[in-house]
Amino acid sequence: METPWTDKQTAERYRHKVGLAEMLKGGVIMDVTNAEQARIAEEAGAVAVMALERIPSDIRKMGGIARMSNPGIIKAIQAAVSIPVMAKCRIGHFAEAQILEALGVDFIDESEVLTPADNANHVFKHDFKVPFVCGCRNLGEALRRIGEGAAMIRTKGEAGSGDIVEAVTHMREVTEGIRRLQTLRSDELMAEAKRLGAPYHLVLETAELGKLPVPNFAAGGVATPADAALMMQLGAETVFVGSGIFASEDPAPRAKAIVDAVTFHDDPAKLLEVSLTLGEAMKGRAVNEMEENEKMAGRGW
Amino acid sequence: MSKPVGLLTLQGDYEKHRQTFAALGRETCGVRRPDELDRVSCLVIPGGESTTLSRLIDRIGLREPLRRFAADHPVMGTCAGLIMLAGALEGEEESDFGVKPLGLLDCTVLRNGYGRQIDSFTAPVAAGGLGAAEPPFAAVFIRAPRITAVGPGAEVVARHGEEPVAVRQGRLLGLTFHPELTDDLRIHRAFLDLAGSV
Repeated sequence: METPWTDKQTAERYRHKVGLAEMLKGGVIMDVTNAEQARIAEEAGAVAVMALERIPSDIRKMGGIARMSNPGIIKAIQAAVSIPVMAKCRIGHFAEAQILEALGVDFIDESEVLTPADNANHVFKHDFKVPFVCGCRNLGEALRRIGEGAAMIRTKGEAGSGDIVEAVTHMREVTEGIRRLQTLRSDELMAEAKRLGAPYHLVLETAELGKLPVPNFAAGGVATPADAALMMQLGAETVFVGSGIFASEDPAPRAKAIVDAVTFHDDPAKLLEVSLTLGEAMKGRAVNEMEENEKMAGRGW
Repeated sequence: MSKPVGLLTLQGDYEKHRQTFAALGRETCGVRRPDELDRVSCLVIPGGESTTLSRLIDRIGLREPLRRFAADHPVMGTCAGLIMLAGALEGEEESDFGVKPLGLLDCTVLRNGYGRQIDSFTAPVAAGGLGAAEPPFAAVFIRAPRITAVGPGAEVVARHGEEPVAVRQGRLLGLTFHPELTDDLRIHRAFLDLAGSV
Protein backbone atom coordinates (compact mmCIF):
# COMPACT_ATOMS: atom_id res chain seq x y z
CA MET A 1 0.00 0.00 0.00
CA GLU A 2 1.44 3.36 -1.00
CA THR A 3 0.23 6.69 0.26
CA PRO A 4 0.16 9.24 -2.52
CA TRP A 5 2.50 11.77 -0.90
CA THR A 6 5.31 9.47 0.17
CA ASP A 7 8.48 8.91 -1.84
CA LYS A 8 9.72 5.57 -3.12
CA GLN A 9 12.03 4.97 -0.18
CA THR A 10 9.28 5.63 2.35
CA ALA A 11 6.93 3.33 0.44
CA GLU A 12 9.51 0.52 0.41
CA ARG A 13 10.16 1.00 4.11
CA TYR A 14 6.42 0.86 4.72
CA ARG A 15 6.29 -2.54 3.00
CA HIS A 16 8.90 -3.83 5.47
CA LYS A 17 6.86 -2.47 8.37
CA VAL A 18 3.64 -4.11 7.23
CA GLY A 19 5.71 -7.21 6.41
CA LEU A 20 6.69 -7.65 10.05
CA ALA A 21 3.05 -7.20 11.08
CA GLU A 22 2.18 -10.01 8.61
CA MET A 23 4.73 -12.29 10.33
CA LEU A 24 3.04 -11.74 13.69
CA LYS A 25 -0.34 -13.01 12.49
CA GLY A 26 -1.98 -15.94 14.21
CA GLY A 27 -0.04 -15.30 17.39
CA VAL A 28 -0.11 -13.73 20.84
CA ILE A 29 1.76 -10.58 21.90
CA MET A 30 2.26 -10.40 25.65
CA ASP A 31 2.92 -7.50 28.04
CA VAL A 32 5.97 -8.12 30.22
CA THR A 33 7.73 -5.98 32.83
CA ASN A 34 11.06 -7.79 33.29
CA ALA A 35 13.43 -10.33 31.73
CA GLU A 36 11.94 -13.25 33.64
CA GLN A 37 8.41 -12.56 32.40
CA ALA A 38 9.77 -12.08 28.88
CA ARG A 39 11.33 -15.55 29.01
CA ILE A 40 8.08 -17.06 30.27
CA ALA A 41 6.29 -15.40 27.33
CA GLU A 42 8.84 -16.64 24.78
CA GLU A 43 8.79 -20.14 26.22
CA ALA A 44 4.98 -20.16 25.99
CA GLY A 45 5.22 -19.32 22.28
CA ALA A 46 4.48 -15.58 22.19
CA VAL A 47 5.26 -14.02 18.78
CA ALA A 48 6.43 -10.80 20.46
CA VAL A 49 6.53 -9.09 23.84
CA MET A 50 5.51 -5.57 24.83
CA ALA A 51 8.14 -4.24 27.23
CA LEU A 52 6.56 -2.13 29.98
CA GLU A 53 7.42 -0.69 33.37
CA ARG A 54 3.96 -1.62 34.65
CA ILE A 55 1.13 -3.69 33.18
CA PRO A 56 -2.02 -1.68 32.42
CA SER A 57 -3.99 -2.91 35.46
CA ASP A 58 -1.18 -1.56 37.69
CA ILE A 59 -1.06 1.71 35.71
CA ARG A 60 -4.75 2.05 36.59
CA LYS A 61 -4.10 1.46 40.30
CA MET A 62 -1.07 3.77 40.44
CA GLY A 63 -2.68 6.82 38.87
CA GLY A 64 -0.44 9.78 38.02
CA ILE A 65 1.16 10.31 34.61
CA ALA A 66 1.96 7.14 32.66
CA ARG A 67 4.97 7.71 30.37
CA MET A 68 7.26 5.69 28.10
CA SER A 69 8.98 2.95 30.15
CA ASN A 70 12.47 3.40 31.48
CA PRO A 71 14.75 2.43 28.53
CA GLY A 72 16.87 0.32 30.89
CA ILE A 73 13.90 -2.00 31.48
CA ILE A 74 13.29 -2.32 27.75
CA LYS A 75 16.98 -3.03 27.12
CA ALA A 76 17.03 -5.82 29.71
CA ILE A 77 14.03 -7.41 28.00
CA GLN A 78 15.65 -7.08 24.54
CA ALA A 79 18.69 -8.91 25.92
CA ALA A 80 16.57 -11.70 27.38
CA VAL A 81 14.62 -12.87 24.30
CA SER A 82 15.04 -13.42 20.54
CA ILE A 83 11.45 -12.60 19.54
CA PRO A 84 10.46 -9.03 18.54
CA VAL A 85 10.26 -6.52 21.38
CA MET A 86 7.66 -3.75 21.26
CA ALA A 87 7.37 -0.69 23.51
CA LYS A 88 4.81 2.07 24.06
CA CYS A 89 5.10 5.81 23.57
CA ARG A 90 2.47 8.40 24.54
CA ILE A 91 0.02 9.55 21.86
CA GLY A 92 1.71 12.36 19.92
CA HIS A 93 5.02 12.07 21.81
CA PHE A 94 7.36 11.75 18.84
CA ALA A 95 10.44 12.35 20.99
CA GLU A 96 9.65 9.26 23.07
CA ALA A 97 9.22 7.43 19.75
CA GLN A 98 12.64 8.67 18.57
CA ILE A 99 14.23 7.30 21.75
CA LEU A 100 12.51 3.93 21.28
CA GLU A 101 13.72 3.83 17.67
CA ALA A 102 17.28 4.60 18.81
CA LEU A 103 16.92 1.72 21.27
CA GLY A 104 16.15 -0.59 18.32
CA VAL A 105 12.70 -1.78 19.43
CA ASP A 106 10.95 -3.75 16.67
CA PHE A 107 7.52 -2.06 16.95
CA ILE A 108 6.21 1.05 18.74
CA ASP A 109 2.69 1.11 20.18
CA GLU A 110 1.44 4.70 20.21
CA SER A 111 -0.83 3.87 23.07
CA GLU A 112 -3.85 5.26 24.91
CA VAL A 113 -2.69 3.22 27.93
CA LEU A 114 -0.16 6.01 28.55
CA THR A 115 -1.20 9.60 29.28
CA PRO A 116 -1.51 11.43 25.95
CA ALA A 117 1.14 14.06 25.20
CA ASP A 118 -0.82 15.86 22.46
CA ASN A 119 -4.56 16.52 22.51
CA ALA A 120 -4.78 17.11 18.76
CA ASN A 121 -2.07 15.25 16.86
CA HIS A 122 -0.76 11.72 16.69
CA VAL A 123 2.83 10.92 15.68
CA PHE A 124 3.50 11.12 11.91
CA LYS A 125 4.63 7.54 11.66
CA HIS A 126 5.93 7.58 8.07
CA ASP A 127 8.88 9.63 9.43
CA PHE A 128 10.19 6.59 11.29
CA LYS A 129 12.11 3.48 10.27
CA VAL A 130 10.47 1.47 13.03
CA PRO A 131 6.86 0.30 12.48
CA PHE A 132 3.98 1.53 14.64
CA VAL A 133 0.77 -0.05 15.90
CA CYS A 134 -2.14 2.17 16.99
CA GLY A 135 -5.43 1.51 18.71
CA CYS A 136 -8.84 2.26 17.24
CA ARG A 137 -12.51 2.11 18.19
CA ASN A 138 -13.95 2.18 14.67
CA LEU A 139 -13.06 2.21 10.97
CA GLY A 140 -12.55 5.97 10.69
CA GLU A 141 -10.03 5.98 13.53
CA ALA A 142 -8.23 2.96 12.06
CA LEU A 143 -7.88 4.61 8.64
CA ARG A 144 -6.68 7.93 10.15
CA ARG A 145 -3.88 6.06 11.93
CA ILE A 146 -2.98 4.14 8.76
CA GLY A 147 -2.93 7.47 6.93
CA GLU A 148 -0.28 8.67 9.38
CA GLY A 149 1.74 5.52 8.71
CA ALA A 150 0.61 2.88 11.22
CA ALA A 151 1.63 -0.58 9.95
CA MET A 152 -0.73 -2.48 12.23
CA ILE A 153 -4.06 -1.63 13.84
CA ARG A 154 -5.46 -3.06 17.05
CA THR A 155 -8.72 -2.50 18.86
CA LYS A 156 -8.39 -0.24 21.89
CA GLY A 157 -10.70 -2.31 24.03
CA GLU A 158 -10.33 -1.22 27.64
CA ALA A 159 -6.77 -1.98 28.75
CA GLY A 160 -6.18 -3.41 32.20
CA SER A 161 -9.88 -4.11 32.77
CA GLY A 162 -9.94 -7.85 32.10
CA ASP A 163 -13.33 -7.10 30.53
CA ILE A 164 -13.59 -8.12 26.86
CA VAL A 165 -16.71 -6.08 26.07
CA GLU A 166 -14.97 -3.00 24.64
CA ALA A 167 -12.61 -5.00 22.41
CA VAL A 168 -15.66 -6.82 21.02
CA THR A 169 -17.46 -3.52 20.43
CA HIS A 170 -14.47 -2.01 18.63
CA MET A 171 -13.80 -5.06 16.46
CA ARG A 172 -17.45 -5.22 15.44
CA GLU A 173 -17.43 -1.48 14.68
CA VAL A 174 -14.45 -1.92 12.35
CA THR A 175 -15.82 -4.95 10.52
CA GLU A 176 -19.28 -3.41 10.24
CA GLY A 177 -17.71 -0.25 8.78
CA ILE A 178 -15.87 -2.35 6.19
CA ARG A 179 -19.01 -4.31 5.26
CA ARG A 180 -20.83 -1.01 4.80
CA LEU A 181 -18.11 0.27 2.45
CA GLN A 182 -18.60 -2.80 0.30
CA THR A 183 -22.30 -2.05 -0.13
CA LEU A 184 -21.75 1.51 -1.36
CA ARG A 185 -21.60 2.68 -4.99
CA SER A 186 -18.37 4.35 -6.08
CA ASP A 187 -20.14 7.73 -6.22
CA GLU A 188 -21.00 7.36 -2.52
CA LEU A 189 -17.51 6.66 -1.21
CA MET A 190 -16.34 10.29 -0.99
CA ALA A 191 -19.30 11.15 1.22
CA GLU A 192 -18.54 8.09 3.32
CA ALA A 193 -14.90 9.20 3.65
CA LYS A 194 -16.19 12.56 4.87
CA ARG A 195 -18.53 10.90 7.36
CA LEU A 196 -15.77 8.62 8.66
CA GLY A 197 -13.19 11.41 8.75
CA ALA A 198 -10.88 9.05 6.90
CA PRO A 199 -8.43 9.53 3.99
CA TYR A 200 -10.28 8.94 0.69
CA HIS A 201 -7.58 6.75 -0.89
CA LEU A 202 -7.69 4.41 2.13
CA VAL A 203 -11.48 4.27 2.01
CA LEU A 204 -11.22 3.17 -1.65
CA GLU A 205 -8.54 0.61 -0.87
CA THR A 206 -10.46 -0.84 2.09
CA ALA A 207 -13.66 -1.06 0.02
CA GLU A 208 -11.77 -2.99 -2.65
CA LEU A 209 -9.91 -5.32 -0.28
CA GLY A 210 -12.85 -5.98 2.03
CA LYS A 211 -10.44 -5.68 4.93
CA LEU A 212 -8.07 -3.12 6.44
CA PRO A 213 -4.97 -2.49 4.29
CA VAL A 214 -2.78 -3.54 7.26
CA PRO A 215 -3.11 -6.40 9.77
CA ASN A 216 -5.93 -5.95 12.27
CA PHE A 217 -5.24 -7.24 15.78
CA ALA A 218 -7.26 -7.32 19.01
CA ALA A 219 -6.29 -5.77 22.35
CA GLY A 220 -7.77 -4.48 25.57
CA GLY A 221 -9.40 -6.90 28.01
CA VAL A 222 -8.29 -10.38 26.89
CA ALA A 223 -7.94 -12.57 30.01
CA THR A 224 -8.75 -16.16 28.99
CA PRO A 225 -8.23 -18.59 26.10
CA ALA A 226 -11.92 -18.17 25.32
CA ASP A 227 -11.52 -14.37 25.09
CA ALA A 228 -8.67 -14.85 22.61
CA ALA A 229 -10.70 -17.31 20.53
CA LEU A 230 -13.68 -14.95 20.55
CA MET A 231 -11.60 -12.08 19.15
CA MET A 232 -10.05 -14.32 16.47
CA GLN A 233 -13.49 -15.54 15.39
CA LEU A 234 -14.65 -11.92 15.20
CA GLY A 235 -11.90 -11.20 12.69
CA ALA A 236 -8.77 -10.37 14.71
CA GLU A 237 -5.58 -11.68 13.10
CA THR A 238 -3.54 -11.78 16.34
CA VAL A 239 -4.24 -11.05 19.99
CA PHE A 240 -2.47 -8.76 22.45
CA VAL A 241 -2.69 -9.86 26.07
CA GLY A 242 -1.80 -7.11 28.51
CA SER A 243 -2.60 -7.67 32.15
CA GLY A 244 -4.44 -10.94 31.49
CA ILE A 245 -1.35 -13.14 31.88
CA PHE A 246 0.86 -11.67 34.59
CA ALA A 247 -2.05 -10.41 36.75
CA SER A 248 -3.44 -13.98 36.84
CA GLU A 249 -2.72 -16.73 39.35
CA ASP A 250 -0.92 -18.95 36.82
CA PRO A 251 1.01 -16.90 34.23
CA ALA A 252 3.06 -19.64 32.49
CA PRO A 253 0.29 -22.21 31.82
CA ARG A 254 -2.18 -19.42 30.98
CA ALA A 255 0.26 -17.90 28.48
CA LYS A 256 0.65 -21.29 26.78
CA ALA A 257 -3.09 -21.93 26.79
CA ILE A 258 -3.79 -18.57 25.13
CA VAL A 259 -1.17 -19.26 22.41
CA ASP A 260 -2.81 -22.64 21.70
CA ALA A 261 -6.27 -21.03 21.76
CA VAL A 262 -5.27 -18.56 19.03
CA THR A 263 -3.90 -21.30 16.74
CA PHE A 264 -7.00 -23.47 17.31
CA HIS A 265 -9.49 -20.59 17.71
CA ASP A 266 -12.13 -22.38 15.60
CA ASP A 267 -11.85 -25.76 17.36
CA PRO A 268 -14.06 -25.93 20.51
CA ALA A 269 -12.72 -29.34 21.62
CA LYS A 270 -9.16 -27.99 21.62
CA LEU A 271 -10.29 -24.79 23.37
CA LEU A 272 -11.90 -26.91 26.09
CA GLU A 273 -8.72 -28.97 26.45
CA VAL A 274 -6.48 -25.91 26.93
CA SER A 275 -8.95 -24.25 29.34
CA LEU A 276 -9.41 -27.26 31.66
CA THR A 277 -6.53 -26.96 34.08
CA LEU A 278 -6.11 -23.20 34.44
CA GLY A 279 -6.22 -21.34 37.80
CA GLU A 280 -7.94 -18.04 38.53
CA ALA A 281 -7.99 -15.45 35.75
CA MET A 282 -7.22 -11.84 36.63
CA LYS A 283 -10.00 -10.36 38.77
CA GLY A 284 -10.56 -7.35 36.55
CA ARG A 285 -13.08 -4.53 36.66
CA ALA A 286 -16.30 -4.29 34.68
CA VAL A 287 -16.09 -1.42 32.20
CA ASN A 288 -19.73 -0.42 32.78
CA GLU A 289 -18.93 0.20 36.46
CA MET A 290 -16.09 2.59 35.61
CA GLU A 291 -16.34 6.37 35.74
CA GLU A 292 -15.85 8.01 32.33
CA ASN A 293 -12.53 9.54 33.42
CA GLU A 294 -11.17 6.09 34.31
CA LYS A 295 -11.54 4.80 30.76
CA MET A 296 -8.52 4.83 28.47
CA ALA A 297 -10.21 4.12 25.13
CA GLY A 298 -11.41 7.72 24.77
CA ARG A 299 -7.82 8.99 24.57
CA GLY A 300 -6.77 9.93 21.02
CA TRP A 301 -9.24 10.36 18.16
CA MET B 1 -7.04 -33.61 -9.84
CA SER B 2 -4.02 -33.65 -7.53
CA LYS B 3 -4.23 -32.85 -3.84
CA PRO B 4 -4.04 -29.17 -2.78
CA VAL B 5 -0.91 -27.37 -1.68
CA GLY B 6 -0.53 -27.62 2.10
CA LEU B 7 0.15 -24.58 4.27
CA LEU B 8 1.33 -25.01 7.84
CA THR B 9 -1.22 -22.74 9.54
CA LEU B 10 0.08 -22.74 13.11
CA GLN B 11 1.23 -19.11 13.03
CA GLY B 12 2.65 -16.63 10.54
CA ASP B 13 1.90 -15.14 7.12
CA TYR B 14 0.30 -18.25 5.60
CA GLU B 15 -2.52 -16.09 4.23
CA LYS B 16 0.00 -14.37 1.92
CA HIS B 17 1.11 -17.77 0.59
CA ARG B 18 -2.54 -18.72 0.07
CA GLN B 19 -3.05 -15.58 -2.03
CA THR B 20 0.09 -16.26 -4.08
CA PHE B 21 -0.95 -19.83 -4.87
CA ALA B 22 -4.47 -18.60 -5.67
CA ALA B 23 -2.91 -16.21 -8.21
CA LEU B 24 -1.30 -19.28 -9.77
CA GLY B 25 -4.67 -21.04 -9.83
CA ARG B 26 -3.76 -23.52 -7.11
CA GLU B 27 -5.94 -24.50 -4.21
CA THR B 28 -4.44 -24.62 -0.71
CA CYS B 29 -5.32 -26.45 2.46
CA GLY B 30 -4.30 -25.56 6.02
CA VAL B 31 -2.39 -28.09 8.11
CA ARG B 32 -2.36 -27.94 11.91
CA ARG B 33 -2.52 -31.64 12.84
CA PRO B 34 -0.58 -34.76 11.82
CA ASP B 35 -3.51 -36.42 9.98
CA GLU B 36 -4.05 -33.31 7.85
CA LEU B 37 -0.73 -33.99 6.12
CA ASP B 38 -2.48 -36.85 4.28
CA ARG B 39 -4.67 -34.36 2.43
CA VAL B 40 -1.91 -32.33 0.76
CA SER B 41 0.57 -32.89 -2.06
CA CYS B 42 3.32 -30.63 -0.72
CA LEU B 43 3.80 -28.20 2.16
CA VAL B 44 4.84 -24.61 2.79
CA ILE B 45 6.17 -23.56 6.18
CA PRO B 46 5.53 -19.81 6.14
CA GLY B 47 7.28 -16.83 7.65
CA GLY B 48 6.43 -16.09 11.26
CA GLU B 49 8.22 -16.50 14.55
CA SER B 50 10.41 -19.60 14.61
CA THR B 51 10.27 -19.87 18.42
CA THR B 52 6.46 -19.99 18.23
CA LEU B 53 6.50 -22.54 15.37
CA SER B 54 9.03 -24.71 17.19
CA ARG B 55 6.97 -24.74 20.43
CA LEU B 56 3.69 -25.45 18.64
CA ILE B 57 5.18 -28.23 16.49
CA ASP B 58 6.30 -30.03 19.64
CA ARG B 59 3.14 -29.34 21.67
CA ILE B 60 0.95 -30.70 18.87
CA GLY B 61 3.21 -33.67 18.15
CA LEU B 62 3.99 -32.62 14.58
CA ARG B 63 7.77 -33.01 14.64
CA GLU B 64 8.05 -36.64 13.51
CA PRO B 65 5.05 -36.48 11.13
CA LEU B 66 6.62 -33.44 9.43
CA ARG B 67 9.97 -35.22 9.10
CA ARG B 68 8.27 -38.27 7.61
CA PHE B 69 6.24 -36.10 5.22
CA ALA B 70 9.38 -34.28 4.06
CA ALA B 71 11.08 -37.59 3.28
CA ASP B 72 8.83 -38.11 0.25
CA HIS B 73 7.04 -34.80 -0.40
CA PRO B 74 8.20 -31.33 -1.50
CA VAL B 75 8.45 -28.74 1.29
CA MET B 76 9.26 -25.04 1.01
CA GLY B 77 10.18 -22.89 4.02
CA THR B 78 10.38 -19.09 3.88
CA CYS B 79 12.28 -17.20 6.61
CA ALA B 80 11.05 -18.85 9.85
CA GLY B 81 10.14 -21.83 7.64
CA LEU B 82 13.78 -22.12 6.52
CA ILE B 83 14.87 -21.95 10.17
CA MET B 84 12.57 -24.90 10.90
CA LEU B 85 13.94 -26.90 7.93
CA ALA B 86 17.60 -26.19 8.76
CA GLY B 87 20.07 -28.87 9.77
CA ALA B 88 21.52 -26.72 12.53
CA LEU B 89 21.20 -23.25 14.01
CA GLU B 90 24.20 -21.12 14.84
CA GLY B 91 24.59 -19.66 18.30
CA GLU B 92 21.38 -21.22 19.56
CA GLU B 93 21.71 -22.46 23.11
CA GLU B 94 20.67 -26.04 23.73
CA SER B 95 17.94 -25.16 26.21
CA ASP B 96 14.19 -24.98 26.53
CA PHE B 97 14.38 -21.43 25.19
CA GLY B 98 16.07 -22.40 21.94
CA VAL B 99 14.46 -23.19 18.61
CA LYS B 100 14.71 -26.84 17.60
CA PRO B 101 14.92 -27.17 13.81
CA LEU B 102 13.64 -30.25 12.00
CA GLY B 103 17.13 -31.01 10.67
CA LEU B 104 16.14 -31.66 7.05
CA LEU B 105 18.21 -29.22 4.96
CA ASP B 106 21.99 -29.59 4.97
CA CYS B 107 22.78 -26.01 6.01
CA THR B 108 23.41 -23.90 9.09
CA VAL B 109 21.27 -20.85 9.77
CA LEU B 110 21.73 -17.84 12.06
CA ARG B 111 18.44 -16.40 13.32
CA ASN B 112 17.98 -12.62 12.97
CA GLY B 113 21.27 -12.64 11.07
CA TYR B 114 20.90 -9.10 9.75
CA GLY B 115 19.76 -7.46 13.00
CA ARG B 116 16.47 -6.05 14.22
CA GLN B 117 13.41 -4.80 12.36
CA ILE B 118 15.01 -1.42 11.52
CA ASP B 119 17.59 -3.42 9.52
CA SER B 120 14.94 -5.12 7.32
CA PHE B 121 15.49 -4.48 3.60
CA THR B 122 14.60 -5.27 -0.02
CA ALA B 123 17.35 -6.34 -2.42
CA PRO B 124 17.65 -7.82 -5.92
CA VAL B 125 18.46 -11.51 -5.74
CA ALA B 126 19.83 -13.62 -8.59
CA ALA B 127 17.70 -16.74 -8.33
CA GLY B 128 18.68 -18.68 -11.46
CA GLY B 129 18.10 -21.94 -9.63
CA LEU B 130 14.48 -20.88 -9.05
CA GLY B 131 13.65 -19.65 -12.53
CA ALA B 132 14.21 -16.03 -11.52
CA ALA B 133 17.58 -15.09 -13.02
CA GLU B 134 16.48 -12.14 -15.16
CA PRO B 135 15.24 -9.75 -14.00
CA PRO B 136 16.53 -10.47 -10.48
CA PHE B 137 13.91 -11.22 -7.84
CA ALA B 138 13.12 -8.23 -5.57
CA ALA B 139 13.51 -10.11 -2.31
CA VAL B 140 12.04 -8.79 0.94
CA PHE B 141 14.10 -9.61 4.04
CA ILE B 142 12.26 -9.07 7.36
CA ARG B 143 14.35 -9.73 10.51
CA ALA B 144 15.80 -12.33 8.20
CA PRO B 145 17.96 -15.32 9.04
CA ARG B 146 21.37 -15.81 7.38
CA ILE B 147 22.62 -19.04 5.83
CA THR B 148 26.12 -19.32 7.32
CA ALA B 149 27.15 -22.73 5.97
CA VAL B 150 25.92 -25.03 3.21
CA GLY B 151 26.77 -28.73 3.42
CA PRO B 152 27.45 -31.11 0.49
CA GLY B 153 23.83 -32.33 0.49
CA ALA B 154 22.36 -28.93 -0.40
CA GLU B 155 22.72 -26.66 -3.41
CA VAL B 156 22.60 -22.83 -3.36
CA VAL B 157 19.83 -21.67 -5.73
CA ALA B 158 19.77 -17.91 -5.03
CA ARG B 159 22.34 -15.38 -3.95
CA HIS B 160 22.35 -11.80 -2.71
CA GLY B 161 25.81 -10.68 -3.85
CA GLU B 162 28.00 -13.59 -2.79
CA GLU B 163 25.78 -14.65 0.04
CA PRO B 164 23.46 -17.67 -0.27
CA VAL B 165 19.82 -16.74 0.39
CA ALA B 166 18.09 -19.91 -0.82
CA VAL B 167 19.09 -23.58 -0.79
CA ARG B 168 17.59 -26.68 -2.29
CA GLN B 169 18.04 -30.30 -1.38
CA GLY B 170 16.06 -32.66 -3.57
CA ARG B 171 12.48 -31.46 -3.20
CA LEU B 172 13.15 -29.35 -0.11
CA LEU B 173 13.56 -25.62 -0.57
CA GLY B 174 14.49 -22.98 2.01
CA LEU B 175 14.61 -19.20 1.51
CA THR B 176 15.76 -16.48 3.90
CA PHE B 177 13.37 -13.97 2.26
CA HIS B 178 9.63 -13.68 1.58
CA PRO B 179 8.50 -14.23 -2.03
CA GLU B 180 4.91 -14.26 -0.67
CA LEU B 181 5.19 -10.54 0.17
CA THR B 182 5.68 -9.50 -3.46
CA ASP B 183 3.54 -9.85 -6.59
CA ASP B 184 6.31 -11.79 -8.37
CA LEU B 185 5.05 -15.38 -8.74
CA ARG B 186 8.20 -16.96 -10.17
CA ILE B 187 9.49 -18.64 -7.02
CA HIS B 188 6.13 -20.15 -6.06
CA ARG B 189 5.82 -21.37 -9.64
CA ALA B 190 9.29 -22.94 -9.39
CA PHE B 191 8.23 -24.72 -6.20
CA LEU B 192 5.12 -26.09 -7.92
CA ASP B 193 7.30 -27.27 -10.82
CA LEU B 194 9.53 -29.03 -8.32
CA ALA B 195 6.44 -30.55 -6.71
CA GLY B 196 5.03 -31.57 -10.11
CA SER B 197 8.26 -33.15 -11.31
CA VAL B 198 7.86 -36.11 -8.97
